[in-house]
Amino acid sequence: MLCIRELFRWGIFLKIHEYQAKQILKTFGVPVPAGEPCTSSDQVAELGAKLLEAGKPLVVKAQIHAGGRGKGGGIKLVKTVREAVSAARQLLGSKLITPQTGPEGRLVSRILVEQGIDIESELYAGITFDRATIRDVFMVSTEGGVEIEKVAAKTPEKIHKEYIDPIFGINTYQARSLAYKLNLAPEVTKEAAKVFLSLYAAYRAKEASLAEINPLVVTGEGTVLALDAKMNFDDNALFRQKEVAAMRDPGEEDPLEREANEFGLNYIKLNGNVGCMVNGAGLAMATMDIIKQAGGEPANFLDVGGSANAETVGNGFRIICKDPNVGAVLINIFGGIVRCDRVARGVVETLGNLKTDMPVVVRLQGTNAEEGKKIIEEAELGFRWADTLKKAAQMAVQATSSSAPGGAR
Amino acid sequence: MSILVSKDTKVLVQGLTGGEGSFHTRQMLEYGTGIVAGVTPGRGGEKFNGNVPVFNTAEEAVNSTGANASVVFVPAPFAADAVLEAAACGLDLIVCITEGIPTLDMVRVKQFLQGRETRLIGPNCPGVITPGACKLGIMPGFIHQPGRVGVVSRSGTLTYEAVWQLTERGIGQSTCIGIGGDPVVGTTHLDALKLFNDDPDTDVVLMIGEIGGTAEEEAAAYAKEHMDKPVVAFIAGRTAPPGRRMGHAGAIISGGVGTAQSKIEFLRRAGVTVAESPAEIGQVLATVL
Repeated sequence: MLCIRELFRWGIFLKIHEYQAKQILKTFGVPVPAGEPCTSSDQVAELGAKLLEAGKPLVVKAQIHAGGRGKGGGIKLVKTVREAVSAARQLLGSKLITPQTGPEGRLVSRILVEQGIDIESELYAGITFDRATIRDVFMVSTEGGVEIEKVAAKTPEKIHKEYIDPIFGINTYQARSLAYKLNLAPEVTKEAAKVFLSLYAAYRAKEASLAEINPLVVTGEGTVLALDAKMNFDDNALFRQKEVAAMRDPGEEDPLEREANEFGLNYIKLNGNVGCMVNGAGLAMATMDIIKQAGGEPANFLDVGGSANAETVGNGFRIICKDPNVGAVLINIFGGIVRCDRVARGVVETLGNLKTDMPVVVRLQGTNAEEGKKIIEEAELGFRWADTLKKAAQMAVQATSSSAPGGAR
Repeated sequence: MSILVSKDTKVLVQGLTGGEGSFHTRQMLEYGTGIVAGVTPGRGGEKFNGNVPVFNTAEEAVNSTGANASVVFVPAPFAADAVLEAAACGLDLIVCITEGIPTLDMVRVKQFLQGRETRLIGPNCPGVITPGACKLGIMPGFIHQPGRVGVVSRSGTLTYEAVWQLTERGIGQSTCIGIGGDPVVGTTHLDALKLFNDDPDTDVVLMIGEIGGTAEEEAAAYAKEHMDKPVVAFIAGRTAPPGRRMGHAGAIISGGVGTAQSKIEFLRRAGVTVAESPAEIGQVLATVL
């Protein structure tokens, strides 16, 4: 499991759907099953008739940005077009709950309909960037189709790795060497090596942060094919990866997080009741930590970034308060580039206009902190001022217990 | 004498004429930083602030002014190229403030720097400051005070918070380095600890880390083996929920390490004094002086 922090520091990696990843992989020469995405049952009927071959099933797969779809009933194997249409009707518009979606599930607005594959064996292939070595690491395993973390934890010897210099790219011998580790028939080994070269080419050309095929299957005919595919991308490179950037699906993002994103704010919704607004990711994390130490639970992570002006403060505050669990808001800004008096003016201006009865604790430190304090106190808007981080957290936690709980607001 | 930057550092600002670049150059000049030149392609021949000459290329700037360090404010799509340009001139130090540089660009930069004498700090960092002598970056100068504590951190504002706690207690700093939090950075916690260990003017090191990765652990292991100076640390992110996986492959690479608790325990075993709360960093550091 990687943590929230890593997502922030290393970019909130753009995720795409399975069908999109397969489209990319296909253009780079990775064989994928015949199939297309559909958004209506009519489309499924038309496509199903085209794809159906005697004796071969069809597969209907829900397209959401979460794993464990099979376990949640999001992947259905059907024998006829009629069954495909009925599976599509069931999935489209439904909320799919998988081990990775949380109890609220994810809305399915698109499904992928594919030709069924005669599976001989299931393998794993994945590439990601390793910060420690500053290399891409290509991993393969004979244990495909299962959670690869479990393989790594129980039988790490079954995961084979090759480190690749991203500047040179993958060498043919490396792809071959990975393929030989899988104990396949000679012809299949060749096919697998070719697929590995193509997978790396796609990963590298699109500046992915992760490219994973699980399972990579060997078919009854002895070919190698990507039965599933997953790709994440370096957000920092999206300015030059236009095709990838266009694959973003806003429907998959948390509505509050999406809204925050549009305002240029880094927001992650959490489960507590103390809202917090902080400048800088590290200080935001530390503020969450100290809220917890004061006996509370942070309701969110929010980094307003370097320009904590009236607008960003106002937007941030509105987004925090849309979460019904929030019982108090702690604003913690360390004025460096951004001056505390300006932040204070922003807080007074926007929050004064919002006429909120939400308890607000303000802690401004750094450049012009004294002037900031004066502005907050003279505004007489009921904001509570705290000089230290510890005091601020204690006051905010206390305010949540004295204010009405979220649901009753 | 502190590390990396001093009163004698001759600084070149890349991206000087941009909004960020010009604002922070004024701030650095006010602090007393020896800024000798700026580079903005197409703006060569201009003067910034009436006296800082602007050049089209880093090479011209270095040849005319003898600059030995650079600070980069160039926008993300072009920042890596600016770092390469500065490194090609053989500067001793490059501080890259820019946020949002593609990982692949930084991999190229790292390779280019290999075997060269140039040290890179950042990117996506607040920079480096030797209080009272030289500020190369965007940190507020006045929160610092000259002294004998070396500070190294992955964070920006959290570092200011910690430094402020030191200064309020009258504990000064030898040099403060913000190394940045990107996947690929020029200088790591470990590199910074080595520099501080060799610095006769640093008595204690404060290391501010975060969950994720193993950089703090590597630094702590070095400290245990090679340092006779005490190291104090704070790790942010104890409450961060381990949700939202980046993907299977990523999880395997990080090998399950990187929670705040495991990190703190590792650091303690290596003899590092760890502050439990971000509000107590100054207080805890005072105990080892």
